[in-house]
Amino acid sequence: MGTKNWPLWEIFVRSKNGLEHRHFGSLHAADAEMALENARDVYTRRNEGVSIWVVESKHITASNPEHNGELFEPAQDKVYRHPTFYDLPDEVKHM
Amino acid sequence: MNNNLYKYILGIADNSLILGQRMGELTGHGPSLETDIACTNISLDLFGQVRSYYQYAAKIAGDGRTEDDIAMLRKEREYVNVLLVEQPNTDFAHTMARQFLFDVYHLLFLQELEKSKDLNLSAIAKKSIKEVSYHQRFSSDWIKRLGDGTEESHQKMQDAIDDLWTYTDELFHQTEADKAMVKEGIGVDVTKLKDNYYQIVNSVLEESTLSIPKSKYFQKGGKQGIHTEHLGYLLSDLQYMQRTYPNMEW
Repeated sequence: MGTKNWPLWEIFVRSKNGLEHRHFGSLHAADAEMALENARDVYTRRNEGVSIWVVESKHITASNPEHNGELFEPAQDKVYRHPTFYDLPDEVKHM
Repeated sequence: MNNNLYKYILGIADNSLILGQRMGELTGHGPSLETDIACTNISLDLFGQVRSYYQYAAKIAGDGRTEDDIAMLRKEREYVNVLLVEQPNTDFAHTMARQFLFDVYHLLFLQELEKSKDLNLSAIAKKSIKEVSYHQRFSSDWIKRLGDGTEESHQKMQDAIDDLWTYTDELFHQTEADKAMVKEGIGVDVTKLKDNYYQIVNSVLEESTLSIPKSKYFQKGGKQGIHTEHLGYLLSDLQYMQRTYPNMEW
């Protein structure tokens, strides 16, 4: 045994067929199979899901918050990138 | 009142009640947050099942007692659960070994009970099968993980299996109520589950690199209300609220 603690896993749950998997949280497990079972017990016991993905947290590459300026701020003054200048018919919902 | 049917239902329900209480003891005390929740879920599944059984038993008794009275207010000798399920949570290996040795039986039993002529029992069995299939998957998984894990985990799991093995044979003993219910096409003939049971259990043990205990000495008595010393302590926890505040409700 290298470490005493089980590795951390990120849990993604699809709540309904047709919807995408969403990040629900994280938990500890010894391997992927245990992560799935733990996720089933921790996150879907109130009927929240129809499908679970698990990914070991170390495989996630995250952006550095210190770089938020260069990464995200340039988009703030470019409102023309939002499709807000179209007239939408009332029947079209969820845009 | 159909006395045999009433006794037969208690014989099924008491197993799940006592095992559910044992698993519930781990609430907030599980080895990790994740396994803590998993054990509590199993406990809640079992309690859900026993409510259906005791409600049905209360209806058959027809003497004004409720499901809670039947579940909470009997004396130790009136509980007819098998000895296996009342054994304590000595360590996590024992907890999982007890669960596994019961789950394999429980699932085989429910698959037969689903064919019962009694529509209430058949419906409860049908609903419970999915839950118990998961319990068996969960506990088998832990037998394999610990059995085929480190030297220490292997030893602990082997000890647990060796300790609890002596309680497995009782699962296949028939009571008088059993025999009467089998005759009526209501009950399950548990003697017929035995070969299949040991085949499944042995194959999981082998896969887990654990040795199958060779002892031919088995304990019995739970089905007749003669229990190990552990049940009394369990019941004093389980019954405390109803005994201290009679008729209390949440």
